[in-house]
Amino acid sequence: MSAAPLAAWIEGIGFIAPGLPDWPSARAVLRGEQPYTAAPSVLPAPTLLPPAERRRASRVVKLSLALGLEAVAHAGADAATLATVFSASGADGHNCHALCEQLATDDRQISPTRFHNSVHNAAAGYWGIATGAMAPCQVLCAYDASFGAGLLDALAQVALARQPVLLIAYDSEYPEPLHAKRPVPDCAGVALLLTPERSPCTLAAIGAGATADAAESLADAELEALRTSIPALRALPLLQRLAAGDAGRVGLDYLAPMQLNVQVEPC
Amino acid sequence: MTPLLLSAYTATTCLGRGLDATRLALRAGRSGLARCAFETVELDTWIGEVAGVDDETLPAALADYDCRNNRLTWMGLETDGFGDRVREAVARYGRARVGVFLGTSTSGILQTELAYRRRDPATGALPADFNYRTTHNSFSLAEFTRAYFGLEGMAMTISTACSSSAKVFAAAARQIELGLIDAAVVGGVDTLCLTTLYGFASLQLTSPRPCRPYDAARDGISIGEGAGFALLERAPAPPPGAVLLLGAGESSDAYHMSSPHPEGLGAKRAMEAALKSAGLAPADIDYINLHGTATPANDAAEGRAVAALFGDRVPCSSTKGATGHTLGAAGAVEAAICALALTDGVLPGSPGTAAPDPAIPIGYVIESRAAALRRVLSNSFGFGGSNCSLIFGVAA
Repeated sequence: MSAAPLAAWIEGIGFIAPGLPDWPSARAVLRGEQPYTAAPSVLPAPTLLPPAERRRASRVVKLSLALGLEAVAHAGADAATLATVFSASGADGHNCHALCEQLATDDRQISPTRFHNSVHNAAAGYWGIATGAMAPCQVLCAYDASFGAGLLDALAQVALARQPVLLIAYDSEYPEPLHAKRPVPDCAGVALLLTPERSPCTLAAIGAGATADAAESLADAELEALRTSIPALRALPLLQRLAAGDAGRVGLDYLAPMQLNVQVEPC
Repeated sequence: MTPLLLSAYTATTCLGRGLDATRLALRAGRSGLARCAFETVELDTWIGEVAGVDDETLPAALADYDCRNNRLTWMGLETDGFGDRVREAVARYGRARVGVFLGTSTSGILQTELAYRRRDPATGALPADFNYRTTHNSFSLAEFTRAYFGLEGMAMTISTACSSSAKVFAAAARQIELGLIDAAVVGGVDTLCLTTLYGFASLQLTSPRPCRPYDAARDGISIGEGAGFALLERAPAPPPGAVLLLGAGESSDAYHMSSPHPEGLGAKRAMEAALKSAGLAPADIDYINLHGTATPANDAAEGRAVAALFGDRVPCSSTKGATGHTLGAAGAVEAAICALALTDGVLPGSPGTAAPDPAIPIGYVIESRAAALRRVLSNSFGFGGSNCSLIFGVAA
């Protein structure tokens, strides 16, 4: 493994995208074992939440909880002990639309639940309530570079705290009329459980750094469309490398002119 | 953590533009709060509005970013010579070696609220001049700042509600410590908007009077707006009197979306983590700038946590009676207030507070007073249970 300051082991993966409901199905498609078939994203019910919160859970809450729980289960980890990094290019778009629509009328008495769900860290808050995790929780945004920003902070935390960090990068669509201004087509995201030490569950080693080289694209046109239209899926070239089990470097989109170079070494 | 130098810092709030206006108001115990007359808002509450924000015009090349939040961002960046210090750092380290880490809760959402009033009556479409990416999106202020200084490296917005711009110090410190960058523009900007004013009112958390942090009769917050910035760099040999970031601690409540853990368990964990990060004991802290929003539940929970760790020995105050609660900017604004307290030797009081709640056994300070301070702690806690405590010190 390289001596890059931003390095970690990947111990678990969670994945949801249109037509790819979990990591095993995505892995099969990324390996070329199954054809990609477009379909709306499927968001599992957030059974970990208390009934009242479960009923009201938004699409971003269902999405981020499912992503995180899949990665935790994949690794056999305990969610309650994990530090987390949530990274999303926007918050709950449907809730935002409802608030802005109502605030444009004469009746501005908005619902308190809508208001507290409007914060960018709503999904992270529900994760804490669901899992009981009191460890540090980071929530950030870098527009289309949000996956890279989340990866950089998560890897820095692993390097300095020498503790596992669960990175959950996710995006949800806005309804019209905001959709016309921000055309994210559907919910999607990826979760990576990153650890400072290798274990029998470890899938791969990764090390990240800055590069000026262009990011990789995907050969399959439909997968490439997902990569470019949903910010969290800028991670797809890394996931394809992990799915294939190939060692090597992979370029990811970040903030031009700075791009990310990720060294992958499967275990 | 390795201490970092705040080689420049600034704050702009309803107390005025820049450090001099801020220090004069804090010394005099003056509040900048006024009865709410913002935009078309009709609410019986007081707010902390920054004068002159709407008179600012962004540089022409960055006109796409125009919105109230980025106008205040720009005002803040060009106050107290802060922008010049950043440009010097860029010249020293290079465009790719200065990161941008800014916090906000609502960014430029006011621009979207206003655009929704101008929807096409037939199609419902938003007006053509509305730009979601450069105004509403949480990353807008960090992207604007990165573009304004011509930076080419790392940038992010942290959005954890009211702890946002405290957590930026921790995130930037990590990247500097690992050598990925040499300096960081950190800070926070939040501006008044209908979402927060009506939202906090719907939660019955706004006061019909100027807020009274930690008062026995406290009854809610006064929403403010503000911009606070600091330039963080390594400091192997800090000059005497320099302000240093000594430690940062983060935690989660894992309790409720809009109520703090009633025992202040998350707050206590954040303060303990900050002390550990700085290698200090509670006895080493000379002043605590409390989160102190002035809601009954928040102050009680934070007070329990402070009392459990520090007893009533450490002087504490909340400066939100002066500035209002600047939400996502609070951490950065209060970091600048802590820096002033350290360099000026003045412990800030708590305008608006008349009689501290006797049920909260901490050393609450109402009147500003002279005090030799070496190390201070600042608390910022946000919706969703996101907590961050920072420790600042002054170099001997």
